[in-house]
Amino acid sequence: MRLGRWLSDHWVMGVGVLVLAYLFLPIAVVVGLSFNEPSSRLSYDFNKFTLDNWTNPCGPGDMCDAVVRSVQIGFIATVVATLLGTLMAFALVRHRFRGRGATNLLIFLPMATPEVVMGSSLLALFVAGGLPLGFWTVVIAHVMFCVSFVVVTVKARLSGLDSRLEEAAMDLYASELQTFRKVTLPLVLPGIVAAALLAFSLSFDDFIITNFNSGTTVTFPMYVWGAAQRGIPPEVNVIGTAMFLIALLLVLGTSVRRRRAV
Amino acid sequence: MPAVQLAATSLYDPNGSLQTGYAMTWEFGNYADALSAYWPHFVRSLVYAGIATLLCLLLGYPLAYAIAQKATRFKNLMLVCVIAPFFTSFLVRTLAWKTILSDNGFVVGILRDIGVVGSDGRVLATSAAVVLGLTYNFLPFMVLPLYASLDRLDGRLLEAANDLYASPVRAFAKVTLPLSMPGVVAGTLLTFIPAAGDYINAELLGTPNQYMIGNVIDSAFLVRLDYPQAAALSFILMAIILAMVFVYVKRAGTDEVL
Repeated sequence: MRLGRWLSDHWVMGVGVLVLAYLFLPIAVVVGLSFNEPSSRLSYDFNKFTLDNWTNPCGPGDMCDAVVRSVQIGFIATVVATLLGTLMAFALVRHRFRGRGATNLLIFLPMATPEVVMGSSLLALFVAGGLPLGFWTVVIAHVMFCVSFVVVTVKARLSGLDSRLEEAAMDLYASELQTFRKVTLPLVLPGIVAAALLAFSLSFDDFIITNFNSGTTVTFPMYVWGAAQRGIPPEVNVIGTAMFLIALLLVLGTSVRRRRAV
Repeated sequence: MPAVQLAATSLYDPNGSLQTGYAMTWEFGNYADALSAYWPHFVRSLVYAGIATLLCLLLGYPLAYAIAQKATRFKNLMLVCVIAPFFTSFLVRTLAWKTILSDNGFVVGILRDIGVVGSDGRVLATSAAVVLGLTYNFLPFMVLPLYASLDRLDGRLLEAANDLYASPVRAFAKVTLPLSMPGVVAGTLLTFIPAAGDYINAELLGTPNQYMIGNVIDSAFLVRLDYPQAAALSFILMAIILAMVFVYVKRAGTDEVL
C-alpha cells in the first residue's frame, strides 16, 4: 500500500532519471573505451584496461592535426560569427528597418533546414563560384550556420534588457559610447559569451556541413568518420572524454560564478 | 543565396560534369528521375524520423515534466545532464552505440535471453538500431522546449483541477497537456527536421538497407558527383519538410484554440 503510494508520487521522477540514464549511457561507454586496449582494429568491445591512450593521445598519425585544425576553424568561425551575429542582433532589436521581418525569417532558415540541404546548397554555391574547397570554405560554411544561433541567443538577452537603464545613463550625461561601454555591453555580455561558446561547440562538432565543403581538409569529426570505416583508434575516445570534461568544467565554472554574483 | 544556387543546380543538364561544366537547360526531368529512383529512401527517412520523434516525445515528456515540476533542488543539475551529451562529439557518441549494441554486448545478450530477438539475432544493422540512434541524438532538442513550456505551468492550476474532482489523468489531459502544446510543437519540429535529413545514424548503425535520403544525397554529391540529381533530391527533401511543417503548425495551431 505504502509502496503503491510512493510509486504513484514518484513515478514521473523515476522515468525522468531512466531517460537521463539513456542519455548518459554512451558517454559512460566513451569514457570506458578511452581506457581500452582493443583486441583488434575493428573491435568495438572492451578488452583490457590500459592508460596508454591517455599518456600518448596523439598516437594515431594525423588525429591531433585534425583536432588542431578543428580548433582553428572553430576559433575563426566563432570570432567572425559572434561579431556579425551580435551586430545583427542589435540591429534587429534596436532599429526598425524595411525587411526586418524578412531578415528574422532568413536568420531562422538555417536552423530549420536539415544539414544535408544546407551543406549541399553551399557546395553547389562554392562550385558554381569556382571557389576551391578547403580550409576557408569550411570556415565560411561554419560562420554561416553559427551566425543564426548567435543572433538568436544575443537577441534573447537584448530584448530582456531594460532600456530605462540606458536612458538613465544618458540622463546622467554619459555619452552614447560611454553608455554602451558601461551599461549596455556589461549587461549583454553573458549572452554574447554564451553565444560564442555555442558557436564554438557547433563548429567543432559539425560533421555533415563540413563533409560537403571540406575538399581534402580533415577536421576532427571528419577524421572520426574516416576512421570509422577502418576501425576507430581508442585515442578518439580520449579526445571525446577530454572534450566532455572541459565543457563540463566550463559550465560548472560559469554557474558557480553566477551564483556568487547573485 | 545557397538555396537559389541549389535550385538552379537541380535544373542543370544531367549530361554535364564537373570538368565540362553544366549547362542550364531547365531540366525538370531531374526531379522525376530523382523521385522515381529514390522514393523508398524518402519514405524511409520520413518513417524513421517520425517514429524517432514520437519516441522522443514519449521519453522526453516525463523527463521535462520531472525537471520542471518535481525536481526542486536538482533542477539545474538535471538540466546540465540533459545538455551534457552535447559536450562530446556527435560522431563519437553514435559510435559508442555501436559498442553498446554490438553482437556480444550485454544489451543484445539480455534481449536474446528474454527472447525478443532470436538466439543469433542482432540489433546492430537493423532499422531498430537506426531509430534508436536518431532518438538518442535528438532527444535533448525535444526535452529543452518541453521543459521551457512546462516550467511556466502554474502548479495552482493543477490544484484547482484537483479541487474540482478531476482525476490526475483528466487533469493532465485537460490542463497540463494543452498548456504545454507550444513546447510539444517546438520540440517535435526541432527533432523531426534534423532527424529526417540525418544520415550518420543510418550509416554507422545500419546497413545500405536502412539508408535514408541523406545517405543518397551525400553519395550523389560526393561519390557519384551527380550534382543535378543531388541538388534535385535536396530540394525535394526541403520542400517535403517545409510542406509537412506548414500543415503540422496549422493543425497544431487550431488544436490549441479548441
